[in-house]
Amino acid sequence: MITVAKFSINFSQYLDADSNLHLDNQALTQAGLDPARLLDYYQAMLLVRSYDTKAIALQRTGRIGTYPSCLGQEAISTAIGKTMQACDVFLPGYRDAATLLMRGTTMHELFLYWGGDERGMDFSHNKEDLPYNVPIASQCCHSIGVAYAFKLRKQPRVAVVVCGDGGTSEGDFYEALNAAGTWQLPIVFVVINNQWAISVPRAKQSYCQTLAQKGIAGGVASEQIDGNDTIACHIHLQRAIDNARKGNGPSLIEAISYRLGDHTTADDASRYRDQEELANAWKKEPLVRLEKYLLKRGDLTDAKIETFKQQANAQVKQSVESYLATPAQDKSAMFEYMYETMPDALKEQLDQLNQNK
Amino acid sequence: MSQYTLIEAVNAALDYELAADESVVVLGEDVGANGGVFRATDKLQTRFGEDRVIDTPLAESLICGMSIGLATQGFKPVAEIQFMGFIYAAFDQFICHASRMRNRTRGRLSCPMVLRAPFGGGIHAPEHHSESTEAIFAHVPGIRVVIPSSPARAYGLLLAAIRDPDPVVFLEPKRIYRAQSETFENNGEALPLDVCFTLRQGSDLTIVSWGAMLQETLQASEQLAQMGIDCEVIDLASIKPIDKKTILESVEKTGRCMIVCEAAKSGSVASEAAAIVAEEGLTSLFAPILRVTGYDTVMPLLKLEQHYLPSTEKIMQAAKRLMEF
Repeated sequence: MITVAKFSINFSQYLDADSNLHLDNQALTQAGLDPARLLDYYQAMLLVRSYDTKAIALQRTGRIGTYPSCLGQEAISTAIGKTMQACDVFLPGYRDAATLLMRGTTMHELFLYWGGDERGMDFSHNKEDLPYNVPIASQCCHSIGVAYAFKLRKQPRVAVVVCGDGGTSEGDFYEALNAAGTWQLPIVFVVINNQWAISVPRAKQSYCQTLAQKGIAGGVASEQIDGNDTIACHIHLQRAIDNARKGNGPSLIEAISYRLGDHTTADDASRYRDQEELANAWKKEPLVRLEKYLLKRGDLTDAKIETFKQQANAQVKQSVESYLATPAQDKSAMFEYMYETMPDALKEQLDQLNQNK
Repeated sequence: MSQYTLIEAVNAALDYELAADESVVVLGEDVGANGGVFRATDKLQTRFGEDRVIDTPLAESLICGMSIGLATQGFKPVAEIQFMGFIYAAFDQFICHASRMRNRTRGRLSCPMVLRAPFGGGIHAPEHHSESTEAIFAHVPGIRVVIPSSPARAYGLLLAAIRDPDPVVFLEPKRIYRAQSETFENNGEALPLDVCFTLRQGSDLTIVSWGAMLQETLQASEQLAQMGIDCEVIDLASIKPIDKKTILESVEKTGRCMIVCEAAKSGSVASEAAAIVAEEGLTSLFAPILRVTGYDTVMPLLKLEQHYLPSTEKIMQAAKRLMEF
């Protein structure tokens, strides 16, 4: 017997859960992570958390519909948005508000969507990004088509697609990885492993030691990082995106994180999740981890934190106000955009709606 | 002017549009060097290259999902699913994404793709190769379902489907892929979508059918004519949306209506057409509306399939019942 192929998966973490940095300053600077950039990350994550908290409050008071919190996943989701270029295409799942906000989707648009208004997915800035994808992992197959289009047109653009730990059990995930490898497409797959697919824990999702290794089967360069470590997220995403842009093929990053909230506002995680596990996860969360590091370095002060928080809250407040002031669409809007030109059969039903028939 | 069988007409339409429009790409299993198992894509890869006539990995959901991604980037993908029996793996992609991309994004993105598949029985194929499940697709908002019944209509309707800015399921009646030839000019002229085609004028009975079953329907009509029963034959062609105006005008004239298809009866497109006539054409009717269809059984394997598919004889008997009612 001879070994015909051998594989391994690397795990990277630079800023540990106690906010100690295991990377020299030179490497940090080389990665473009000067103090200003890290503060920028910190402010972005504060904004996301403020948005997320407000979204849950709006749901609880009946002003938006069911909402999936992104609490705890701010580092990886923010880093995706900040390392992508405007010309790239993002293919979200449904817990990716942070990335969309970094991509230019307005908070107003996000509130509109979760408030039950399709206009929220008519992004005014990132016009080629796909809308939220609610069925699991089907967006991975869309990324193949998007990246194939870039390749056909010889454009130096990258598709970045996100799914969760549960999503890696789906057929579409495997089909997409296989095709990405076959055609060596400019795609970065990000698996945000938040440990829970609603009530099913990571251990019950797969016997694989890592979810990253699933990419190896498709011929996709794959690795695992600490998804709550902003610095690792930035460095490894930047590298994967640059590689894809240079024509060096696809990659997969499994970002280890934790879903600190319920699956959605319609869920109660205390039914299936151990309180001790949750308490431990809070000790590793990304925002405080970066905050402590920046405080330690003297790049951040308590006064600055307070100012940043007030700024974030003010921005969220303004978006909530503009969302709540948005008039609902006319009921006939459901008929719009079904087809480019409305077929006669549909026009007749539209008349019935308008006449309350 | 040249002669084309239905499969050659499909090939000619794909060839024409690949040459005419750079945004058209063809993809699927074995569509490249092999030219498709029925030869629908014969020689296209040689002419247009591996980048635009794409042999995909064997994964139907990928084929459909990838087409959606390409379409959001402005391409017009024409995806082949080798047999309709394998289309269900692509169903989630088509229903959850292709059909609603325009609506979900308020027109920011759209999905101008075609999902082609051979369908229907009668060619003695193995299991899962003979079903007619067009009704499953016809139920879904946001898409079109088109079925041609002759080489010329296959050519004109496929061109129209590729040029349509919204997703189209294009089902090809494989039993008549090579049954007949028609002469037409390969000039890129499309036929209109969303309308029926009246193939035979008549005054006694309206028969609505589509795909390969129009062969038996037209044969039955000829024989019925000799018996003094004058049938009007309508090729539904547009399974979704249904051109009810043409059907209702015909029924108003004839007072009788039969729908012939080879799909299982319950919840079929025949049921939808019958419901339209019942809802809006009842006062024209001298007799009940009849559906002549396949049975609510699993499509039998080849030894029994001739008993499953509606025959000319069965259509004639149904016509006589309607006339004698």
